[in-house]
Amino acid sequence: MEDNKKLYTLLVYSENIAGILNQITAVFTRRQVNIESLNVSASSIEGVHKYTITAWSDEDQIAKITKQIEKKIDVVKANYFTDEQLFIRESGLYKLATDKVLESPEISRTIRRHDASIMEVNPTYTVVMKFGKTEEIINLYAALNEFDCVLQYTRSGRIAVTRGKQEQVSEFLEEREAKQHG
Amino acid sequence: MNEKITGSEALMLALKAEGVKTIFGYPGGSIMPVYDALYDYTRGEKKTFEHILVRHEQGATHAAEGYARVSGEVGVALVTSGPGATNTLTGVADAMLDSTPIVVIAGQVPTSALGTDFFQEVDLVGVSQPIAKWSYQIRRAEDIAWAVSRAFYIARSGRPGPVVLDFPKNAQTEKVEFKTQKVDFIRSYVANPKLDIDAVRQAAELINQAKKPLALVGQGVELGNAQEELKAFLEKADIPAGRTMLGLSALPSNHPLNVGMLGMHGNYAPNKKEQECDVMIAIGMRFSDRVTGSLKTYAKQAKVIHLDIDKSEIDKNVKTTVAVVADCKVSLPAITALIEKGNHQEWRDSFKPLQEQEHTKVIEPAIHPTKGPLLMGEVVNKVAEATKGDAILVTDVGQNQLFATRYFQYHKKRSICTSGGLGTMGYGMPAAIGATFGAPDRTVCCFMGDGGFQMCIEELGTIMEQQAPVKMILLNNNYLGNVRQWQDMFWQRRKSFTRMMNPCYEMIAKAYGIPYQVVVDRKDLDTALEKMLSTKGPFILECAILEDDNVLPMTPPGMNVDDMKLEL
Repeated sequence: MEDNKKLYTLLVYSENIAGILNQITAVFTRRQVNIESLNVSASSIEGVHKYTITAWSDEDQIAKITKQIEKKIDVVKANYFTDEQLFIRESGLYKLATDKVLESPEISRTIRRHDASIMEVNPTYTVVMKFGKTEEIINLYAALNEFDCVLQYTRSGRIAVTRGKQEQVSEFLEEREAKQHG
Repeated sequence: MNEKITGSEALMLALKAEGVKTIFGYPGGSIMPVYDALYDYTRGEKKTFEHILVRHEQGATHAAEGYARVSGEVGVALVTSGPGATNTLTGVADAMLDSTPIVVIAGQVPTSALGTDFFQEVDLVGVSQPIAKWSYQIRRAEDIAWAVSRAFYIARSGRPGPVVLDFPKNAQTEKVEFKTQKVDFIRSYVANPKLDIDAVRQAAELINQAKKPLALVGQGVELGNAQEELKAFLEKADIPAGRTMLGLSALPSNHPLNVGMLGMHGNYAPNKKEQECDVMIAIGMRFSDRVTGSLKTYAKQAKVIHLDIDKSEIDKNVKTTVAVVADCKVSLPAITALIEKGNHQEWRDSFKPLQEQEHTKVIEPAIHPTKGPLLMGEVVNKVAEATKGDAILVTDVGQNQLFATRYFQYHKKRSICTSGGLGTMGYGMPAAIGATFGAPDRTVCCFMGDGGFQMCIEELGTIMEQQAPVKMILLNNNYLGNVRQWQDMFWQRRKSFTRMMNPCYEMIAKAYGIPYQVVVDRKDLDTALEKMLSTKGPFILECAILEDDNVLPMTPPGMNVDDMKLEL
């Protein structure tokens, strides 16, 4: 990774119209920036979808990407953030071999130490879940991997809320609605 | 309760409500219901539209672009699904890069068949989204009024651009109670950003302090219809102005503050002076690489004021000191009101030696040669003189375009159609057809090379059928001249596939019944031009051009803007 690159999080809000995800990802592809993680969900505003996207980039590039995304007609707002500006969570699922877990009590201690929880245990496998920051989830994976017990592992896209009071976009929409009616 | 009509008729009414008068199109299976409705709306008591049957769907889009460029209205192209739709993509991309308002309406297979690889099915929304301002599939007849109005609003508002409407056949035949809708607000889309008064003040302050200000005028001035506001600003501030290729007619050629064309093959003085000015005022232009050359060295000494309606253009290529994001129709007068009456006589005079150098070394030999075969520059110059700066210039792409834009004269606004951003060969002929419909009272001169002439040559059929009065000037040098020039300059003269065997254009003209004249000798040029301009309707004037003439001056690609060469 080049030194001037950072992991940025983009929060994008759009109208609920088909095909917007395509348009957003195309902006990244065109500038040869890989999307690290992507989460799409409803936002706290009715009818507005929220995209949480992470990507390694320098600020100049991510600023241009953000503007190009916001330029799409049905994108309401797009902003980029660094980790300090957000509350961030991801989740990880770890499927472990039960025989190994039973063999080595250190595995259970590792799970507890990392504040992870066990979702299911059966004679074949054990499913562990961890909710936290990116590195915490990666760290648990690394720790479990030491025991050679991981059958499957997956990490979710990032979800994030800003440190401000409202959704970033609320104020903008209020202003727009006022303009339409006024 | 209103009477129910078909989706196709609803489309007619929706287009009528948007003020559409001219449609460039080509029928096919998936758009047949619309063409059936169009039959009634192009004749008799319902007559609303003129439909121009093109010979290829790409031609429809370029014609729509030419129409839009000269008239300021939205150009409309109507095509079928599949190949009809994909044939429009070059025009859509062209309109996107050159901010030209067009709406492409394409038939689509019925929604029940979507995704089944049905006959002539193409995911048009999917393939057009990255190159269109907006793409939308109208799946139900009830959505027609909204979608059409939204399409026209998006195409013409803010920074204009192409909109693609994908129209499945079932929505064309379904019955609907039609009620006109007027979309003039989209909450997620800020067409006209509110003027930031602080930015205006900062800009005015910079301009007031400037000793060597230089304005860069782009097509945004034409799109914002702010030609008069531009003049008022430049004249009050006494600022010399270079124009981009698409902005050439935003300021009349003979205006005393006009210092020529910017860019790779623009004029010498403004390119040199970009590296010397202390304040640069970019108005409705996007700092294309063809204007800036290497960004690493471009105008680093200058404070940059950038006026643009599209905020994504700010800091995209050139970092600005002050950005004024608004319609220049609004921002220019606001700045003019805050600036002091300027006097930059000395600075303006400093352009003159450079202009004289260019005139002696490049312009004079190009427009007044005394021996050897005809040159492109002299033909363009003669046409410009003969049309007295009143004609509309349409060009194809390549040397013909560079010579034509350099040596034509522009005295009226909206007088140039050329493919600037995409550089689409084949654009010229269909765009010129569109221009004759968009500005029926004006002379339309279309310069093409032998390459571009053949790239949409099928549109001669449209010209014949419509008797569209396009004055075609074919600058024939038996080469793909611009690539040949680059091969000579940068590729050790290895002329890889740029020499071209040409057909007999006289026979082609004859086949289409279009009056034709060839000029080989310089002495015959005036008479031929007179004949072309006095002939009613279309005309092909073929000029036998020196094979290895080069467009100069030139800033070699990737070089610094002031590395401009006056000779090879």
